[in-house]
Amino acid sequence: MSESILLDPGSERDPVQRSPRALPADLTGRKVGLLDISKPRGDVFLDEVQSLLEAEGAEVVRFRKPTFTRPAPTELRQDIAGQVDVVLEALAD
Amino acid sequence: MAAASRFVVVTKRDCPTCQLVAPALAALGASAPLEVLNQDGPGFPEAIADKVVDDSELDRSYALDIEIVPTLIRYDGEVEAGRTEGWDRGAWQALTGLTDLGTELPEFRPGCGSLTQDPLIAPRLAARHGGGGLGARRISLGPLEDAIEACFERGWSDGLPVVPPTPERVLAMLAGTSREPGEVIGEVPPDLVPVSIEKIAINAVMAGCRPEYLPVVIAAVEAALDHPFCMHGLLATTYFSGPMVVVSGPLARRIGMNGGGNALGQGNRANATIGRALQLVIRNVGGGRPGGVDRATLGNPGKYTFCFAEDDDPKWTSLSEDKGFARDATTVTLFAADGVQGIVDQKAREPESLCRSFAAGLRVVSHPKMVQAADAFLVVTPEHARVFHDAGWSKQQVTDRLNELLTIDSDELIQGVGGMAEGLPAKLAGRTFRKFREGGLTLVRAGGQAGMFSAIIGGWGASGEVGSSPVTREVRA
Repeated sequence: MSESILLDPGSERDPVQRSPRALPADLTGRKVGLLDISKPRGDVFLDEVQSLLEAEGAEVVRFRKPTFTRPAPTELRQDIAGQVDVVLEALAD
Repeated sequence: MAAASRFVVVTKRDCPTCQLVAPALAALGASAPLEVLNQDGPGFPEAIADKVVDDSELDRSYALDIEIVPTLIRYDGEVEAGRTEGWDRGAWQALTGLTDLGTELPEFRPGCGSLTQDPLIAPRLAARHGGGGLGARRISLGPLEDAIEACFERGWSDGLPVVPPTPERVLAMLAGTSREPGEVIGEVPPDLVPVSIEKIAINAVMAGCRPEYLPVVIAAVEAALDHPFCMHGLLATTYFSGPMVVVSGPLARRIGMNGGGNALGQGNRANATIGRALQLVIRNVGGGRPGGVDRATLGNPGKYTFCFAEDDDPKWTSLSEDKGFARDATTVTLFAADGVQGIVDQKAREPESLCRSFAAGLRVVSHPKMVQAADAFLVVTPEHARVFHDAGWSKQQVTDRLNELLTIDSDELIQGVGGMAEGLPAKLAGRTFRKFREGGLTLVRAGGQAGMFSAIIGGWGASGEVGSSPVTREVRA
């Protein structure tokens, strides 16, 4: 049997070259969203991040996922997109 | 017979009926334009070798959709005017208009199967002719590329060699299900990519499955995509866990799965490849890869494959029954599992004693001071099951007793107790907690006849609503 043709087992989502949007030069006066993914003590860490951002002149809005094990619900993602200029989301242990 | 009639007959030398009708073919060839397409080489029938076309590649037979040899086809001009299969003297005479055709032959002989219908050949023909309803992107390899190495280079492997998914192999795999290749059954995390039956079949080929395993693989993927299973979080977690597949019911035996000796080990093709196929679907379709969204700190060897059959035990309910299905149904149950922890008890002859051993082993799942977190499966082997059977204990009785024995005074669980910082906050002192949430402990039967050992399989620390619950789906053909 010839093995010269294979069927793609994957998503067939060809990587499309997309440039990330330019980062803002500074955060003064911008609304920054912080997404808490609901890991224990994530709020302690984000409190620190919030004070640092506010010291930079940013206005901080906090969001929280119902559980870290699932993707953010669509409603929450839309809520974030509608409220802020910049969002910080990170996963860590 | 119209003036412009011509005939095509498809034959096979290796068919007694084709041998029988050779004189009739000679007679037909003498009175009308005739072409004989012979499926197993040139030169048959010898008497009219000049009219024979070698169709051993079967391309003409495939195009004519031949099922039986001999098949006689009449064309009036370019249009097929009729066909007859096997040898039926009356039908041949009517179709050819030759009233004395084959009078020396018996009245009727059934034909033989066309080579185009051979199970090993049909998928190759379908693939060559673009049939079978395949829609996946085709990837051409270079003339010097090794197909197995090409699969590694494209990132399609779990680290072990995969079977290159040629169109022929995928079509043969799809014969294992009656479902349409294009049917989409859900979206695979983490990239939430729609997955079709065809994509599952491609990954099943790569995992090394036989076509008869495909319905089990499909059910496993369906279960993995069910919301309560939480496949996204299970993939992304730093925890050890990955999906474990338990197959319960008669199909497990029919496809040769192992629920007996070494059921959790290596060496059985169905066990090994069904579990692997599920993992390859997550990897290739969903894009879930170690170092990407899979953030496991250590992982566990079951993330290559973790799949076994439940052993049939007439004295206990089956896992299918426990999950609300009929005993003769075949189901797959997925569990967010870590590795295997043995529990040895060679002395117990009474259910209470054995339950206490099991409970002591189950107590340490995740951590001896953690409760209401991970679920667990307890795989009870024949020699341990016998202790319960002899005393007339049902599976439910054993489960209930284990949950009682695993009801723990929280004073043992508080942070710092036993010199261990891990534990519950001090405000929870003075209460009792069950080790496992309601429904969090599942018993299943498997294993070889000798050995008073059972297996504890702990689960992901995030169970139930906050994470993953076991999910059961019935296998459909």
